[in-house]
Amino acid sequence: MKLVLRDITKRFGTLVANDRISLTVEPGEIHCLLGENGAGKSTLMNVLYGLYQADEGEIELDGTVRNFSGPGDAIAAGIGMVHQHFMLIPVFTVAENVMLGNEATGFAGSLDLDAARERVREISARFGFDVNPDAVVEDLPVGVQQRVEIIKALSRDAQVLVLDEPTAVLTPQETDELMQIMRQLKESGKAIVFITHKLREVREVADKITVIRLGKVVGEASPTASNADLAALMVGRPVELTVHKNPPKLGSDSLVVDNLRVVDDLGRVHVDQVSFTIKAGEILAVAGVQGNGQTELTEALLGLEDHVTGSIKLNGQELIGRSVRNILESGVGFIPEDRQIEGLVGDFTIAENLMLNRSHGEPFVKRGSLQLDKLHAFAHEKVKEYDVRAPGITTLAGQLSGGNQQKVVVARELSRDLELLVAAQPTRGVDVGSIEFIHKQIVAGRDAGVPVLVVSTELDEVVALADRIMVLYRGQVVGIVPSDTPREVLGLMMTGERPEGMTA
Amino acid sequence: MSTTTAASVPLDETPLAGVTTVIDKKAPVLFGALTIGLLLLVLLAGESGDTTFRLATGTDFFEIPEITVPSIATTWLMVAICALCTAWSVRLYLARRRTPMWLVVVFALMWMIGFLTWAATGATIPVVGLLAGSLALAVPLVFGALGGVLGERAGVVNIAIDGQLLAGAFAAALVGSIVGSTWAGVGASMVAGMLVALLLGLFAINYFVDQVIVGVVLNVLVIGLTSFMFTQVLAPNAADLNHPPRFEKIPIPVLGDIPLIGPIFFRQTAIVYVLYITVALVTWALYRTKWGLRVRSVGEHPKAADTVGIKVNATRWRTILLAGAIAGMGGAFYTLVSVPQFNREMTGGAGYIALAAVIFGQWDPIRATLAALLFGFASNLQGVLSVIGSPVPSQFMLMLPYVVTIFAVAGLVGKSRAPASVGIPYRKG
Amino acid sequence: MSNPAGTDERPPSEPEGAEPEEQQPSRWHGVLREITSSSAMVAVLSVLLAIAFGSILIAVTDEEVRSTAGYIFAAPGDFFNALWDAIWGAYTALFRGSIYNTRAETFEQAIRPLTETAKFAAPLIAAGLGVGLAFRAGMFNIGGRGQMLMAGAASGWVAYQFDLPGFVHLTFAIAVGMAAGALWAGIAGLLKARTGAHEVIVTIMLNYVAYYLVFFALSKQSLLQAPGSFNPKSLPAKDSAIMPKLLGDQFNLHLGFLLALVAVAFTWWLLERSSLGFRIRAVGINPPAAKASGINVGRTYTVVMLIAGALVGLAGANQVLGTVTSGVTVDLDAGIGFDAITVALLGRSRPLGILAAGLLFGAFKAGGFAMQASENIPVDIVLVVQSLIVLFIAAPPLIRAIFRLPAQEAK
Repeated sequence: MKLVLRDITKRFGTLVANDRISLTVEPGEIHCLLGENGAGKSTLMNVLYGLYQADEGEIELDGTVRNFSGPGDAIAAGIGMVHQHFMLIPVFTVAENVMLGNEATGFAGSLDLDAARERVREISARFGFDVNPDAVVEDLPVGVQQRVEIIKALSRDAQVLVLDEPTAVLTPQETDELMQIMRQLKESGKAIVFITHKLREVREVADKITVIRLGKVVGEASPTASNADLAALMVGRPVELTVHKNPPKLGSDSLVVDNLRVVDDLGRVHVDQVSFTIKAGEILAVAGVQGNGQTELTEALLGLEDHVTGSIKLNGQELIGRSVRNILESGVGFIPEDRQIEGLVGDFTIAENLMLNRSHGEPFVKRGSLQLDKLHAFAHEKVKEYDVRAPGITTLAGQLSGGNQQKVVVARELSRDLELLVAAQPTRGVDVGSIEFIHKQIVAGRDAGVPVLVVSTELDEVVALADRIMVLYRGQVVGIVPSDTPREVLGLMMTGERPEGMTA
Repeated sequence: MSTTTAASVPLDETPLAGVTTVIDKKAPVLFGALTIGLLLLVLLAGESGDTTFRLATGTDFFEIPEITVPSIATTWLMVAICALCTAWSVRLYLARRRTPMWLVVVFALMWMIGFLTWAATGATIPVVGLLAGSLALAVPLVFGALGGVLGERAGVVNIAIDGQLLAGAFAAALVGSIVGSTWAGVGASMVAGMLVALLLGLFAINYFVDQVIVGVVLNVLVIGLTSFMFTQVLAPNAADLNHPPRFEKIPIPVLGDIPLIGPIFFRQTAIVYVLYITVALVTWALYRTKWGLRVRSVGEHPKAADTVGIKVNATRWRTILLAGAIAGMGGAFYTLVSVPQFNREMTGGAGYIALAAVIFGQWDPIRATLAALLFGFASNLQGVLSVIGSPVPSQFMLMLPYVVTIFAVAGLVGKSRAPASVGIPYRKG
Repeated sequence: MSNPAGTDERPPSEPEGAEPEEQQPSRWHGVLREITSSSAMVAVLSVLLAIAFGSILIAVTDEEVRSTAGYIFAAPGDFFNALWDAIWGAYTALFRGSIYNTRAETFEQAIRPLTETAKFAAPLIAAGLGVGLAFRAGMFNIGGRGQMLMAGAASGWVAYQFDLPGFVHLTFAIAVGMAAGALWAGIAGLLKARTGAHEVIVTIMLNYVAYYLVFFALSKQSLLQAPGSFNPKSLPAKDSAIMPKLLGDQFNLHLGFLLALVAVAFTWWLLERSSLGFRIRAVGINPPAAKASGINVGRTYTVVMLIAGALVGLAGANQVLGTVTSGVTVDLDAGIGFDAITVALLGRSRPLGILAAGLLFGAFKAGGFAMQASENIPVDIVLVVQSLIVLFIAAPPLIRAIFRLPAQEAK
């Protein structure tokens, strides 16, 4: 089935998420939709899938213009979608998930589960999946859950298959297997839209590439285009992020982590045998694919994880077993990976957010009372110093742009006397101008003698900031290497392969 | 130290998830505590004497003779059996195995016999009356709990069960009196329950008002409305408007003559038989039909349901209306069976016990029904015990459902896992 | 119900984030926002609309209106006169009973209703603060009834059991009552903090547990029951433990109202000016951010419920030591525990809003009894109006639709 999207425009309030986007996908073709996070790819696909209604433009399937008032219409028209966040009911079995919305029924609307099981087995057999129709979805590994999503789409005879950032949660092996599946699907004549922001994957499977930036199509490319060209199209600026920094003035060993292990409530091990040291005045950057233990590592440093063993010594003092408050008060600054969740209280003012982790004592609290004068003076100063663009210090943090929100977080953390700074994804969802500013502030902290741990899934950011780089894979350290290590080596290490001659 | 050629030193290939099976130690702990409790009762407050269990009514196929046992010895025997059950459960726990259901049932039964023997020393326990009365008290609770289960499975918290019961009771009395027909009363009670559900849906689904708030406020509204109407309209014209016909007991041939079981379950009013059918139908529909699959999907992950073309809010609407009709029917039991007239606030908060049954029954129609029966048993037991002059304060028996529910939500008894999206309004996009 | 998943309603606010991300703020976030940010206009219209509904109810159940409706086409005048009489009669009676008695002989009698309103408002305000404060921490305290019962029983016990000088005895009785309310509510806070048990269910269940506990104690000679009595009732409070009347003996208004005002001031300071209040609000809006900022979320839940319980406990003490001093009964809460929820919601969980809402509902109560006495309209109409107000307040879009107001501008 041939899919044509013509001049699709979708607005959210004043924001134009999709601006006259056109796209043609032929049957038996893998069409890559490439763009940064937030470029408008998912919005476009949600329009195609009937979850959003386009403000302008039309969708054409095999030459007929279609109107989808909901996903039901899109499914009936032969469109299938594998969502970035799986749309599976965790407590249902595979068969139940596959049949949901498309149920085979017998007497008086009773479910024909056997038919659904058969369908799962049949599709599994066709593509060589190993999926048990009676397994409960929440017990399955992520990669298998994704296959269930694919089976779900295929069981509805989807001719156009949209895969929205399918590799974000997959390990490299699982990613390779997915690529293989995509090729199989293509050979069986499906039209495939593959949404991603990862260049390597694009080059591997794409037949055609459309690049989207800020809601607009900025170009089309063939898979043979160079990485640099593609990246430049994607981000509209040179990819090489350079941060001007002087060689580090290293002090003594400040943070010493030894044989750290983090387990969650369900007994799953997220961080294992992790040991490293950061000296005063040094930035150690952690590289790795998302979900390889970075989150748990930073949360463990802050005392936010419940089951931690090993040792975390900051200037000789053990941090494990201490409360978050105690750790913060001993001089640990924390820029959390998701400022909306852990960084800010959206309905608090900028000023209130600036004192969020100092609510127990001086300088903003005296004998249980807030010292509002002091707080406001401080807030005015920091808003100016960090160039937070806002009407005033009583503006609610939730109303700020991502970059300005992040500046508030950074200002709060760096305005204390720090013994350690932990910065997780410090520039995720932040505009270019703010990225540079935030990077400068982090480097300034390091130059002032603070040991810094930076976690980023963007290799560019890791390379730009790091004095040394630690690569994590499946919760373990693959290696700690100098910041001038070639990217290919780093990339390889991120898949778990340890360069020759190196020991953990 | 770093070269571009990578020698493969693959790390551990097993996935991160290394889940260790967690075996619940709640069963052995609970068994132990209860056994010790019973032991203390007989040790500290045991009185010598006999306890008689009367098991028969006059019209059975054959009569089971009364059983008279020496109190202390019997209670001791039951303590011993309970201790054995506890030991067995501890052994299973140490062997990392679950305590099987049958053991729980045996334990509960033996403990109950021990407790009753102790509590009714020197008196006779009418077992049939006790159990039949429990069922009667439980009927509105079961209807209410079924309504609650349905609503919550679809993702709508229903604190307003009490309001639905009360509205149902009111409507059944009023319409039953006017039309002079019990079934018209039942029909009206269903409509009344649906009206409350309509308000719940309007605010909770269409206007995204927090469901707990809506539920609590609806209960107050229904109390206000029915009390107002009762004083203003029903009470002054009681003969015409508050004098509904009453359902008669219909013994079912053969089944009704089975000793013990017959008089308890099969010599009841038509509305109780409707209840049996409703429990079966709801259970079947929820787990075995397309409708049920969809209801459960919108309660667990509405967005996923939406992406496969299921109309989330329409499904929720239909479900809570049905749930309202079922809960409303429970109200009819008050005015058409128990007390054949309406009184202000006559449900006495039964809706909250039904809510407790929903939670204690882990959002499952059968278990919620059993929980409601248990709660009915507890409140009837206190009645029976106070009549035969037992040392147990009745208030503590009446408190039982609520205490048990607190333990349940605190995770001390069983595992309570609500539908994932219950209480969250669904908004598109 | 304990799921913290959020509603993804927000339009994207980040210019560079074109896709509305799925955010997961606490479920209460949306509720809090709705409650605390609805406009005053919506509040006023909600009250008017609810009163209009009440009028309809009064009209259709009025004998005179119904009989004249039978011949409405023959003599429409009769019908409309009856209609007017019923509604006008009801609301003037409400006014006379709650604000100013136009038929009074003396000025004292004329303003007496206002003092009655204040008397009824006192426990509503105190308990409303208890519910509202918990709300600000993201907790829904439906346990007002149980907390009042425990507090009332404890205060009542101190009031008849001890022989102490006036001021000391009263203070002691109030303090013990507040402590009992605090502990009872604290159970819900502690269970939420420790086990994640949903406070809605726990507080509802604790209401009944408290009821039966107090009932039990009142039926036991060895506990609270008055010696020689067979009724579930305690001895009356001793004079030294009774709240003094504020305006002399001809008015019922007692110290409880002043204490409620103090509670308003305290709660305002707590929420707006204290560091604990800062943490409470942070936990209420965004628990993960609060946790990552070194705030002990579980402890905050427990502390908030303790304070909330103490405030509700004040309402319980107010009843036993001020309003009905003849002894503790299981009806001492008089529905205030549930009314407090509507007060907190109407007052948008802000101390001053709760003060205003408490006064309004106090006026409804005072006036409702007057209406029942003079017009024979059951006082239950107050419950109807009260609950309708809260429903309307909670659904501003409905009010806007009914009155055809423009939609509120997105921030």
